[in-house]
Amino acid sequence: MSGKVKVIVLRTAGTNCDAETAFAFGSCGAQVDCVHINKLFHGRVRLMDYHILAIPGGFTYGDDIESGRILANELRIRLGTYLCRFISDQRLIIGICNGFQVLVKAGILPGNLKEKDGGFSQTATLINNDSGKFEDRWCYLKVSGKSVWTQGLDDIVYYPVAHAEGKFVPRDEEVLHRLNADGQVAFRYCDEQGKTTGYPGNPNGSIENIAGITDPTGNVLGLMPHPERHFLFIQHPYWTRLARSGQYGQGAKIFENGIDYIKRKFL
Amino acid sequence: MIWRIEIKHKEGVFDSLGEGIQKSIIDLGMTGISKVDVTHVYTLEGKLTAEDVQVICRDLLVDPITQEYYFAPLKPFRPESSKKVHTIEIAHNPGVMDPVEESTIKGIKDLGVDRIQSVRTAKKYLLHGKLTKKDLETITNKILANKLIQHVVDNEKPEKSLPVSNAAASFQLVHVDLMDADDQKLMALSADGQLFLNLDEMRAIQSYFQKRGRNPTDCELETIAQTWSEHCYHKTFRGNIRYSYSDNGTIKTKMVRNLLKSTIVKATEEIGKDWCVSVFHDNAGVIEFDKDWDVCFKVETHNHPSALEPFGGANTGIGGVIRDILGTGLGAKPICSTDIFCFAPPDTDFQKLPPGTLHPKRIMKGVVSGVRDYGNKMGIPTVNGAIIFDERFVGNPLVYCGTIGIMPKNKVRKNPKKGDRIVVVGGKTGRDGIHGATFSSGELTAESEVVSSGAVQIGDPVQEKKVLDVLMQARDRDLYTAITDCGAGGLSSAVGEMGQKWGAQVNLEKVPLKYEGLKYDEIWISESQERMVLAVHPKKSQALLDLFAEENVEATVIGEFTGNKRLELYFDGHQVCDLGMEFLHEGNPKITKKAHWASPKFKNPRIPLQVDLNDKLLEVLSHYNVCSKEWVIRQYDHEVQGASIIKPLVGARCDGPSDASVIAPRLGSKKGLAVSNGINIRFGMIDPFWMAASCIDEAVRQIIAVGGNINRIAILDNFCWGNPDKPDRLGGLVRAAQGCYKTAVGYRTPFISGKDSLYNEYKQADRSIAVPGTILISAIGIVDDVTKSVTMDFKKGGNLIYCVGKTYDELGGSIYFDTYGLVGNTVPRVNTKQGMKIFKALSSAVKKGMVQSMHDCSEGGLGVALAEMAFSGGFGVTARLDKVSYQGAAHRDDAVLFSESNSRFIVEVKPKDKRTFEQLLKGIPFGHIGQVEDSPEFIVYGLKQQVCVNAHIKDLKEAWQKTLRW
Repeated sequence: MSGKVKVIVLRTAGTNCDAETAFAFGSCGAQVDCVHINKLFHGRVRLMDYHILAIPGGFTYGDDIESGRILANELRIRLGTYLCRFISDQRLIIGICNGFQVLVKAGILPGNLKEKDGGFSQTATLINNDSGKFEDRWCYLKVSGKSVWTQGLDDIVYYPVAHAEGKFVPRDEEVLHRLNADGQVAFRYCDEQGKTTGYPGNPNGSIENIAGITDPTGNVLGLMPHPERHFLFIQHPYWTRLARSGQYGQGAKIFENGIDYIKRKFL
Repeated sequence: MIWRIEIKHKEGVFDSLGEGIQKSIIDLGMTGISKVDVTHVYTLEGKLTAEDVQVICRDLLVDPITQEYYFAPLKPFRPESSKKVHTIEIAHNPGVMDPVEESTIKGIKDLGVDRIQSVRTAKKYLLHGKLTKKDLETITNKILANKLIQHVVDNEKPEKSLPVSNAAASFQLVHVDLMDADDQKLMALSADGQLFLNLDEMRAIQSYFQKRGRNPTDCELETIAQTWSEHCYHKTFRGNIRYSYSDNGTIKTKMVRNLLKSTIVKATEEIGKDWCVSVFHDNAGVIEFDKDWDVCFKVETHNHPSALEPFGGANTGIGGVIRDILGTGLGAKPICSTDIFCFAPPDTDFQKLPPGTLHPKRIMKGVVSGVRDYGNKMGIPTVNGAIIFDERFVGNPLVYCGTIGIMPKNKVRKNPKKGDRIVVVGGKTGRDGIHGATFSSGELTAESEVVSSGAVQIGDPVQEKKVLDVLMQARDRDLYTAITDCGAGGLSSAVGEMGQKWGAQVNLEKVPLKYEGLKYDEIWISESQERMVLAVHPKKSQALLDLFAEENVEATVIGEFTGNKRLELYFDGHQVCDLGMEFLHEGNPKITKKAHWASPKFKNPRIPLQVDLNDKLLEVLSHYNVCSKEWVIRQYDHEVQGASIIKPLVGARCDGPSDASVIAPRLGSKKGLAVSNGINIRFGMIDPFWMAASCIDEAVRQIIAVGGNINRIAILDNFCWGNPDKPDRLGGLVRAAQGCYKTAVGYRTPFISGKDSLYNEYKQADRSIAVPGTILISAIGIVDDVTKSVTMDFKKGGNLIYCVGKTYDELGGSIYFDTYGLVGNTVPRVNTKQGMKIFKALSSAVKKGMVQSMHDCSEGGLGVALAEMAFSGGFGVTARLDKVSYQGAAHRDDAVLFSESNSRFIVEVKPKDKRTFEQLLKGIPFGHIGQVEDSPEFIVYGLKQQVCVNAHIKDLKEAWQKTLRW
């Protein structure tokens, strides 16, 4: 495990943002493997050989029944023990879009490992957008919290969302309160100035405009918007109107942060 | 044991699905419904205990945060209904693909419950409010269900067992009595078997079998019919046409031998670009991308299926064209899609619909959902498209699906070898799409056969994504020698095509089936989706099968390429087909069709002169064919794969209409490609020749507008026409093909692939509505440096505005005339010599970094282009029509503002670049027509210096956006 930061980008039937997620980590200097989940099941690849687990966007198993549910069950039932270890070792996990849905439905986010001693239970969900349809649009996001993933990001970042089931709903007031109190909210939809906004600035009707959250440690991040789609400057939707500021976009910092943390902590 | 589970939202959770349905009900003009609740129903069969079902609900089917559930053993019940609440439950017909069922079974097994046998899903709708029985029926048929694939569930008489399949029938070989048939009987056989073969073709088949002294099997006849079909063989384009046309009053006749070769292919041969890698013979045309990679492009149509079941039709349409890309060379990775639709206007009166047709708004919503579902789930960005409305598409919408793929240079050629195994991978085979299959119209019973029809398939995008994922690994490990897709004609067409050189032997009982009981010929011609056929060296077949198994994708050896040049099929050891490959592929008699072209004469428009064109500009901007398509575009994931550089929506607020889209598919590289389309049916009403020419011009200039290079643009043709057996329809087709040839050669843009879909007519008692002859030109341009790309939104107040290219009195077929209900006669023409100069000059201006924004003038002319650039950038405009380079007799403001003359661009340039830019345009007609303003006023002065448009850009944008803001 010495030398390079090792990232596993998990894929299965219906994963479709694996290549660009791998590109983002790879461009920041990591060694990235896109691994089919069967390889983990059959023990041909070991989760514990990696520092960072990325669950990319897509429509795993068609999002049949509901988004992320079937992969969430696979993680919980077949890989739960490893994931608990992975998290307690303070390695990093990021779930983007469908990956976020998976983490939430598996109960890994917002996470309450202390209470249930390693078991995962679902305390929030992501459901159909209020608009009733899939939408691809760019959103301003206010960054908050204390996660290693979001250190040093601009106060407001601009990432695209592309989903039909992104409305974040916590189980109850208590869960919501804890998210706020523990600094687990990482991103909120906002307007250009960072103020609270309704549709379409909040593209799905998420409670309290929540777009991304972390677990209590901040090592596990899940978000609906796609930072890997604003990894490069020219992915910005109106870059032709902007003064050029280097090669990278506002999403790159997230991937850099993950890799820097591993370098500091493990290498 | 059968269990019924109902899942609904908890009190207080917002139900967007229910709200959407309520909105659609209001759209129908019914205001009595205050609320719609949707309940998900699962029916599970298997030896399951109540505890099992409890676990399944809790851990799989139900979201614990927002949903609640109820379950019980299935028994007859009367659904709750009262005067105030109406309940209706809709389920898929047996045999119709429902991917959720398969996923649910997987999910249940993951929980450790493996006694599950089958799952059925349904949706129960509770409509709150007052409704008559007739209203309920209307809502059911117009919103909730399509009876071709769905039915109303009768819970008072539930099915005893979930319909799975009919029992396996015993083998019986069927021969068709052809040897001694007379002409009348031959035609009866063709009609009864739905073979669509004409008398000459039937006679050729008869004589082939007479020589062999036996009758054909049903399977042989079907195979020949499929191979010789218009769809697979393109008889019209490859046959002879006796073409007559009037030339200055005299009728002239000429013989066109092979329309395709004498126009489209000929153009490509004459142009002779060395970057054309593989044209016309593979699934898609291939051109060079960079030194290591090639790209391929194909556009398909899926019109008939989309008319009957819009979601499924479009869904399987895009699924099909993606497989074309997977099957090009040794397989390319799809990197983006473009989709173009033609519908009747969405506000068409229900009373005016021909019987049996769906309302255009429903068709449009269904088609968009179908593309959204398949494209998004496969992770292929839909980056570009167009939507055209005309009432003649009422019975026959057009759905064009195009996909671009990328592949390593050494994977462009197929080379199947003698002795290679035939391997089918992907989806299993069912009765999907077997022509002649009878599907009952909603009256399904427990005994219903597992039937569906080619017209009503639903795709399974995740299945195809799984195939793609493994296929790319197998390709890179050289595990197969050839590949082709299973599309129309199924295995028959795929194996028949691949085995043309060597001959093939297939054991049909080896093909994996969705359910038991398929006959040998059904297996052979089934059009089940998501299947590919590979040729695999015997030594590599185990490695290939293992690779597919690793990711849970079906792969099965079903036969081999023999070397005896025959097509031999067996079922459980019985021979069911034995045909010579040569007869199959070359034995069809050449046909000669008649075509006639006469220019139509439309009324010469007389429009009163108007000083104030403000309202007209707003009206043109709101026109269905001009207005914003944002409602559609946002539903497509146009950014997945992370390669999109110029997106379909651009500008300060990401809502302006981009010209071409640009992607950079090799992440990290600046090399990219631009994709665009040209389509304009209104020009074709006047003259298909100039329609074709204009469409090429439009597709090309959109690529130029984003910074493309005329020397690196390839194009695709796609003809959708009415019945080619009618000389007037075919005459238009010949004209259009001639326009293609002339213009392509003029611009030196080779055709690399194409498609035709004929017989697009809707028959209704004594009359037949043909679609307007429609050509779609799709273009792909290689972009050397995507970071130099240009968008169409104005960038800065004070910058200069140029109109490059000449404006003529060419209002024929324009949107402006259409707002008066007129067509006119002065169709825009194309001068490729001048166009070429313009394209080159503008490309070099882009290269020099001088172009701040650029937009082509198309529908709605200069007026619309200027307005779009202004409101997309958030700037005002001052422009003068007298500065436009204009040549014409009319000297009218409306002609200059709304004429749709080709090869024109609006270009924004910084004042400091004025001189150099104008020098670049030497010898080209252009006008410095005004400047970008910081204030939001859009002011245009007419030819006589008077103000003819004075509008706020907010109002222009609102006019443009409101039409399709659903």
